[in-house]
Amino acid sequence: MTDISGAPAADASPPGRPPVDPLLYLDGVSVSFDGFKALNALSLLIEPGEMRAVIGPNGAGKTTMMDVITGKTRPQSGKVLFRGGIDLTRHDEADIAGLGIGRKFQKPTVFEMHSVHDNLLLALKGDRRPSRVLLKRNSTDEADRIAEILDIVKLAPLRRSRAGDLSHGQKQWLEIGILLAQEPELLLVDEPVAGMTDAETEETAALLRRINATRSVIVVEHDMTFVRALDVKVTVLHEGSVLAEGSLDHVSADPRVIDTYLGR
Amino acid sequence: MILRYLLSGPGRGDYLLPILLLGGTAIIAVLSLLPESSGLHVSGYVVSLLGKYLCYALLALSVDLVWGYAGILSLGHGAFFALGGYAMGMYLMRQIGTRGVYGNPVLPDFMVFLNWQELPWYWYGFDHFAFALLMVMVVPGLLAFVFGYLAFRSRVSGVYLSIITQALTYALLLAFFRNDMGFGGNNGLTDFKDILGASLQSDRTHAVLMLASAGLLSLFYLLCRLLIRSRFGKVLVAVRDAESRTRFLGYRVERYKLAVFVFSAVMAGFAGALYVPQVGIINPGEFAPANSIEAVIWVAVGGRGSLVGPIIGAVLVNFAKTVFTGAFPELWLFALGALFILVTLFLPRGLVGFWAQLRTRLRRQRTTRVDVALLAADRKPRQNISSGQLEAGE
Repeated sequence: MTDISGAPAADASPPGRPPVDPLLYLDGVSVSFDGFKALNALSLLIEPGEMRAVIGPNGAGKTTMMDVITGKTRPQSGKVLFRGGIDLTRHDEADIAGLGIGRKFQKPTVFEMHSVHDNLLLALKGDRRPSRVLLKRNSTDEADRIAEILDIVKLAPLRRSRAGDLSHGQKQWLEIGILLAQEPELLLVDEPVAGMTDAETEETAALLRRINATRSVIVVEHDMTFVRALDVKVTVLHEGSVLAEGSLDHVSADPRVIDTYLGR
Repeated sequence: MILRYLLSGPGRGDYLLPILLLGGTAIIAVLSLLPESSGLHVSGYVVSLLGKYLCYALLALSVDLVWGYAGILSLGHGAFFALGGYAMGMYLMRQIGTRGVYGNPVLPDFMVFLNWQELPWYWYGFDHFAFALLMVMVVPGLLAFVFGYLAFRSRVSGVYLSIITQALTYALLLAFFRNDMGFGGNNGLTDFKDILGASLQSDRTHAVLMLASAGLLSLFYLLCRLLIRSRFGKVLVAVRDAESRTRFLGYRVERYKLAVFVFSAVMAGFAGALYVPQVGIINPGEFAPANSIEAVIWVAVGGRGSLVGPIIGAVLVNFAKTVFTGAFPELWLFALGALFILVTLFLPRGLVGFWAQLRTRLRRQRTTRVDVALLAADRKPRQNISSGQLEAGE
């Protein structure tokens, strides 16, 4: 299944270094698992403050792309640069989290046995070394910060509840809250509205737009109504590389995108 | 600093178990010193049996700390227990001096028997109690550090980790069986005479050792309480429940696991060190993989993920073992196996979890009963009013 339709799109990405340092710059990143090319010379550029939606059919490499950015998977070739000069392929997950990249998983992943409050407490930006964490006492600064996040994700009344007792949608929001507590520069959000009601989906879009006021966001999503509600630049992935990029209307008019989505 | 923590840190409820432990053992210690003619006299056998249970309880606590809170199912904690025991055993061997069968002032009997001319270097220093005590901590701690560093750095977890901990304790079992290791081979270390100048044959020494076991168990129980309540403890539970989430939050999971694993191994080492003078022998059998698995069963029975659970589990299961092996020795292992299966099937959170469940159910019943009573009380005045109105209307 070699596909040439991906090649022209890869050329469409800006050649060389752009004048302003991009926040995140993936250059010709390839990852293969046992011969299967999950990412095939993927190039992607995120400006500071940008929100980007990434769409694509199953197996297009969306999750692998996130794994590469967050240090879970090392690419066989290519560069992943953060803030212009930091090569993320040389760092592990904990380092990259410390550098300011937060990640929300596809399946909502929170600390089920801890209260909503403690989930956020553990996520708050701070020294992560065991010896420091052991002796750390709760401070009013932290309490204020947690209260603020609880308001943003609308979980304030449930602060004492066990995270495991939350509904699916509430867990998704708690995980977004966990990300916010980390104060990252860049948020990677994997399918945030999977399993949400229409009302929740709308609220989540509003929440992400609000977060985007101060932080850069990459959203991977299948739900087209949601992507339309976000109203941002869209990147279409297909077989591990960029198929098309632009506004949602622009990419959905692209015959190659129609081809991959409707099948050949 | 630790003392200040102990005074200020734990909640008042945390002291209940230590008070019960220390109070209970103190009473038994006093009773054991009564003359044998007295009706209340407790025999030295019972005292050292209790002391032994308390050492097992400390071992169970150490297993629970890594398994119940950090999700590391170690099936090799018996190795740390045995190493602590050997360190203490070496001190006790050196205390024998010229009272051994061969009367050699320096070499333990088994070395004379093997025609060794001088003490191996690794036996140096063990004639001092303080040095032996240091080794009780250092040897298990160091082994846990090296093992844990390699395993956690390579992200070995789950069943694979459990299997290599079994391999670890089995390898040590084989090594300690060898005579040329210099630890008494098959027979181990035994025939101890005294500890810190006190005869190991006297009832008073046994009472003191039992009290020391209760004291150490109480101390480690409180330390564990503090640890679990701290933010470090919260990170441990986070690692147990969602390891990759924790990692993507920027925590170096392997360091947390390593820290708690080493602390737990030191705890197990202390348990072994107090166990040896009370049972009077340490041999390679203590490294048997089955011993480590038994410790895990105590924790499962008592309730993992609670600090009281493993203590209750260890004491109850060992009491049952004492009774059972006396009555039907060949059936004990079957009983133990059945117990484990039953607990896993019907009491997944152990006795402590069962108790908590029972309590909430009782409370719920009581509140519904109160609700019904309130409703009834609510209704009554209204009826009165309406009947009053009726009367007025008439």
